[in-house]
Amino acid sequence: MFHRRSFLKRFSALASTLAVAAAVGVHAPDALAQAKTVKVGILHSLSGTMAISETVLKDVALMAIDEINAKGGVMGMKIEPVVVDPASNWPLFAEKARQLISQDKVAVTFGCWTSVSRKSVLPVFEELNSLLFYPVQYEGEEISRNVFYTGAAPNQQAIPAVEYLMSKEGGAAKRWVLLGTDYVYPRTTNKILRAFLKSKGVADKDIDEKYTPFGHSDYQTIVADVKKFAAGGKTAVVSTINGDSNVPFYKELGNQGLKATDVPVVAFSVGEEELRGVDTKPLVGHLAAWNYFMSIKAPANDEFTKKWASYAKAKNIAGHKDKPLTNDPMEATYIGIYMWKQAVEKAKSFDTDKVAAAMGGQTFTAPSGITSKMDEKNHHLHKAVFIGEVKADGQFNVVWKTKGPVKAQPWSPFIPGNDKKKDEPALMAEKPAAKK
Amino acid sequence: MKFTILVLLSALIVCATPHAVALDRAAVEKLALGDGEERLEAIAALITEGDARAVEVLDALASGDLQVAGKRVLIVKGGSAVDAVTGEKLAALPAEREDVVANNRLRNAAQGAVATLQLVSPDRAQRFAAAKALSASADASALPLVKKALEKEGDTDIRALLAQIAATLELKAGDAKTRLSAVRTLGTSGGGNAKPLLLSVLEDETDPDVKLEAKHSLKQIDKRLAWGQRAGLLFAGVSLGSILLLAALGLAITYGLMGVINMAHGELIMIGAYATFVVQNLFKAHMPSVFDWYLLCAVPVAFAVAALVGMVLERTVIRWLYGRPLETLLATWGISLVLIQAVRTIFGAQNVQVENPAFMSGGIEIMSGVVLPWSRIVIVSFAGAVLAGVWLLLTRTRLGLFIRGVTQNRGMASCVGVPTARVDTLAFGLGSGIAGLAGCALSQIGNVGPDLGQSYIVDSFMVVVLGGVGQLAGTVYAALGLGFANKLLESWAGAVLAKIAVLVFIIVFIQKRPQGMFALKGRSVET
Amino acid sequence: MSGPLTSTFTLLYGARGWSALAAAGCVLFVAFPMLNLLAPADSVLQLSAYWVTLIGKIMCYAIVAVAMDLIWGYCGILSLGHGLFFALGGYGMGMYLMRQIGRDGQYRAELPDFMVFLDWKELPWHWWNSDSFAWALLLAVAVPGLLAYVFGYFAFRSRIKGVYFSIITQALTFAAMLLFFRNETGFGGNNGFTDFKRILGFPITTPQTRMVLFTLTGAVLIATLLLGRYLVTSKFGRVLAAIRDAEQRVMFCGYNTLHYKLFIWTLSAVLCGIAGALYVTQVGIINPGEMSPANSIEIAIWVAVGGRGTLAGAIAGAGVVNGAKSFFTQVFPEYWLYVLGMMFILVTLFMPQGIVGLLNKSRSGK
Repeated sequence: MFHRRSFLKRFSALASTLAVAAAVGVHAPDALAQAKTVKVGILHSLSGTMAISETVLKDVALMAIDEINAKGGVMGMKIEPVVVDPASNWPLFAEKARQLISQDKVAVTFGCWTSVSRKSVLPVFEELNSLLFYPVQYEGEEISRNVFYTGAAPNQQAIPAVEYLMSKEGGAAKRWVLLGTDYVYPRTTNKILRAFLKSKGVADKDIDEKYTPFGHSDYQTIVADVKKFAAGGKTAVVSTINGDSNVPFYKELGNQGLKATDVPVVAFSVGEEELRGVDTKPLVGHLAAWNYFMSIKAPANDEFTKKWASYAKAKNIAGHKDKPLTNDPMEATYIGIYMWKQAVEKAKSFDTDKVAAAMGGQTFTAPSGITSKMDEKNHHLHKAVFIGEVKADGQFNVVWKTKGPVKAQPWSPFIPGNDKKKDEPALMAEKPAAKK
Repeated sequence: MKFTILVLLSALIVCATPHAVALDRAAVEKLALGDGEERLEAIAALITEGDARAVEVLDALASGDLQVAGKRVLIVKGGSAVDAVTGEKLAALPAEREDVVANNRLRNAAQGAVATLQLVSPDRAQRFAAAKALSASADASALPLVKKALEKEGDTDIRALLAQIAATLELKAGDAKTRLSAVRTLGTSGGGNAKPLLLSVLEDETDPDVKLEAKHSLKQIDKRLAWGQRAGLLFAGVSLGSILLLAALGLAITYGLMGVINMAHGELIMIGAYATFVVQNLFKAHMPSVFDWYLLCAVPVAFAVAALVGMVLERTVIRWLYGRPLETLLATWGISLVLIQAVRTIFGAQNVQVENPAFMSGGIEIMSGVVLPWSRIVIVSFAGAVLAGVWLLLTRTRLGLFIRGVTQNRGMASCVGVPTARVDTLAFGLGSGIAGLAGCALSQIGNVGPDLGQSYIVDSFMVVVLGGVGQLAGTVYAALGLGFANKLLESWAGAVLAKIAVLVFIIVFIQKRPQGMFALKGRSVET
Repeated sequence: MSGPLTSTFTLLYGARGWSALAAAGCVLFVAFPMLNLLAPADSVLQLSAYWVTLIGKIMCYAIVAVAMDLIWGYCGILSLGHGLFFALGGYGMGMYLMRQIGRDGQYRAELPDFMVFLDWKELPWHWWNSDSFAWALLLAVAVPGLLAYVFGYFAFRSRIKGVYFSIITQALTFAAMLLFFRNETGFGGNNGFTDFKRILGFPITTPQTRMVLFTLTGAVLIATLLLGRYLVTSKFGRVLAAIRDAEQRVMFCGYNTLHYKLFIWTLSAVLCGIAGALYVTQVGIINPGEMSPANSIEIAIWVAVGGRGTLAGAIAGAGVVNGAKSFFTQVFPEYWLYVLGMMFILVTLFMPQGIVGLLNKSRSGK
């Protein structure tokens, strides 16, 4: 089967193929680079399970970059986006992050959605000292000096939502079903919520915590259980079900006749984009808590949604060209890019440490109509919290909002031991010298 | 809050006759523009007018049809507007309108108010709905009204409901006899929500007779609930089983016939779902009046599109790989990647919306607390119909005869003149078409997105392998069996462990019967 | 002693084969470390950390591909569950790496972060001795090996074959994935293990440590190749090929095929486990996604693309497919799935013997 001579030839042929491939890989990006541009990385899954949520973040990032370039770029330099596809594969996220930073030499990266993808790239960003802007609500319990979190921490989303449901206006719920997909964001959020509910005098027997696997699509049993539990008193469901499972969950909810007036469901991972696939008529009145809704009435939002609609049409973005939707992570991506631009201009440099230092205290009039501020220390945005009820057309009615922006608490006080944590990454980091 | 409404009402109900007068403008404006408490007061004020128009306004508030143009409050339905105060029709819709936002609390109050008003409605359906709504939310203040309605009511169903509501409200009555009868009523007819009430009776009650009766009633309710749960579980199992069956049936044919591991089977399901989506959009755009019947058209289209894609695949790729079954896995995996990305490019990466036709949303309550969703009932019957169709096709037609012949002995079939190549193409088309039908059904209960197929492919393979290759009956038993096992274990150990247990069971079962439940009989020589 | 050894040498590869291997060894053990560690950072010759981790990762995959080829290419058993063994090896090593983090985690606790967040007060039983490197190595080898042995024993004894075997291996890895996704299982749930700091006390992200791991992976790959070659050229290998081609006839000849199959199956799993342990140190994350059925299918695809039944082909396949994946996700992020998908289709249709087959054909055609 094996001829010795052929093996050698084969091997050398193979080696040369590999070498050519390697050479192309090294030189292709360099050839593209031009003198007066600065590269930024966009690290969102365009294929695999997360493509459903992340693809649009890539598009909105490209839109923001186009806008900035049209107005003269950053410090007179045009931004050149480098888009890669980590394919919903967590190790590939780390590999692509390393490639963006060390091969493409990007000044900053916008990307990631899931916690695990962030955890996977985090060591790379810290090792190579580069910046990541992370645009999705998450579980907290993390501060890195190399990451700016433009999504919500639990106290900017989960706790206000539960407080609202406990209030008279929200229906004065007494019993709670904490329902989530079994991964770290729901687990941590529910842990925080359980502690919070206990502090408000809710007994353990009035809290039911349930988890389903990823991609779970059969919610018959769960909905029947919720119904049974709800017979014991005014019940609210706090759902941290992950993107894809929401459609079957809500369809089952509607079909089994569990109405929002009886058992309201408040969700933290369901926005305009997730409801696109759902017939929302039976879901009217269920809630979501976010820092942005497409239906918010503010001049900044009108402008943002209009820009997105025309961009989607111009770029022929499937789905959005017919029915443009904006959502919270899109807004967070948009804010992140603009804040980075402002920080670069303040620092007059693309250097990671200088830009990071200049980020603190940056403000930006977000599409939500609120002037969001990057906290001076903890790398999280101050954001207003909105609670919306689902409308029949898949949009949300804002029924409650905080008076102003809320400061993020990445270390939730409801998790034991966190009181000792410092709220700033400089003191957390391995290399304290990097930042004052 | 409700108390005031109802006290006022009880006086009114008797004397108020509907008459078309303008409503209190101030109250309507407060309802539309005021803050939380003000709006609840406005509901109370509107209700005292006891007018059919008040019901209309409150209904509009609850269903989100209320809008304001400046300070003018309008009920906007399907492109035409009515002034909420006067009831007159507007010539044209004002350009600047804003929705009146109602939250759950307000909607609840409005619905409750409408329900109490409608308890004495002349229309039976309205009264029934009103009683139903009240049974979920009534409080003590509603008792006199309920009793009054009970006296007048002639319909037995509604009477039972009202009696039950009255009983829940009388549990705390001062008179021990009333309490006793209330507890008894709950025992014979109460549902799940009566349980906590009876439990609190057990704790607080001083009268020993009532206490004893409460214990008895609780037992009765528990028994009823347990039966309800069993029925629900049974249905959930059948429903999951029918979905597995639909997903696996097509695979059973292509795999059984050609031994082709078609990894793109899931994507054919996805294509069926997207075909349904496209048909739905066409109906919405061109024939909105018959939108509810779009599924009738989507079913054949989904079948045809998926079958066509399947046949093209068979002709261009799979045909060349016969005799190398394990390698078809590789090629069809490649095909599935291409199909997924193609759908992503055409329709976008996000999910698309497939609406249930009106007759498929909601459900039927067979017992207290057990609701069988129509969509699932339709899917179960659809799966049955597809199964019957396939069975007839395989056993009663010439093509079916050929397919069976080729499945059992390809060489022999070819010798006696069966055009095996054509049969292969047609059978592959049939299997793919059934996958398309599965997609059409799945679009009614789950996501329609590029990844739709991926989540069903592993399950489908398990069903086919467990059932035994080339046996329709095996596939049916395996699908239903796995559906039941999954649901039974899930109610016991949770969704994740249930799924793991089922997979482990399959592994162990295959050790015992390496050819599946129903192996092809005969002495086939391997390799 | 030297006699049989020499003959084994000549049996495995001829002079050219050995010199090719030696050349590969030189590149891996001398040229790459020098280019990486000694070449100045801005020089053209500098081999960046990106390439070191990427090639290191692909070499781990190549070990898996060889392991896969041993059972599929040479024994005709298609496993759709090899990702499980790979991941188990990774988890075995990952547990040790998690313990090495010590108090440097987010919570500054003795326990790994995810246990703190689950409110666990002490290590669960299966973490026993996990701070020992030797134990980690043992776990990485023994757990996949034992699981494969038990599973294989029952499956082969019941004479489960062909597609049935493939599907139940798929069920196995799918069940394991669901199990590991559960947070209560005690392996970090969906996030798995990440954010490693050091190995054997050395910081894990320095170029030096990385290079050591890289060369170690290269050495294991070459050793795997030689071991595989030794096995398939021996009498044992010929029996395997006979089992692949006509199992019943082999049985009629008096061989107990169970033992042959079981041995190669278990060995294959162990090799995957070793590859997984090497992988996790270089990639820095291990999570249940590695056990997804799609990942295991991909392993089969590497082998098919490279050429079933040739060990060098398996390595080439792993290199080409993963290289293409890394390259195209960067160059055509939106269209790479088309390219990859078409590649799989075309390879099966027109290159049934894979890349190696194509090379052979073009040579003999001359």
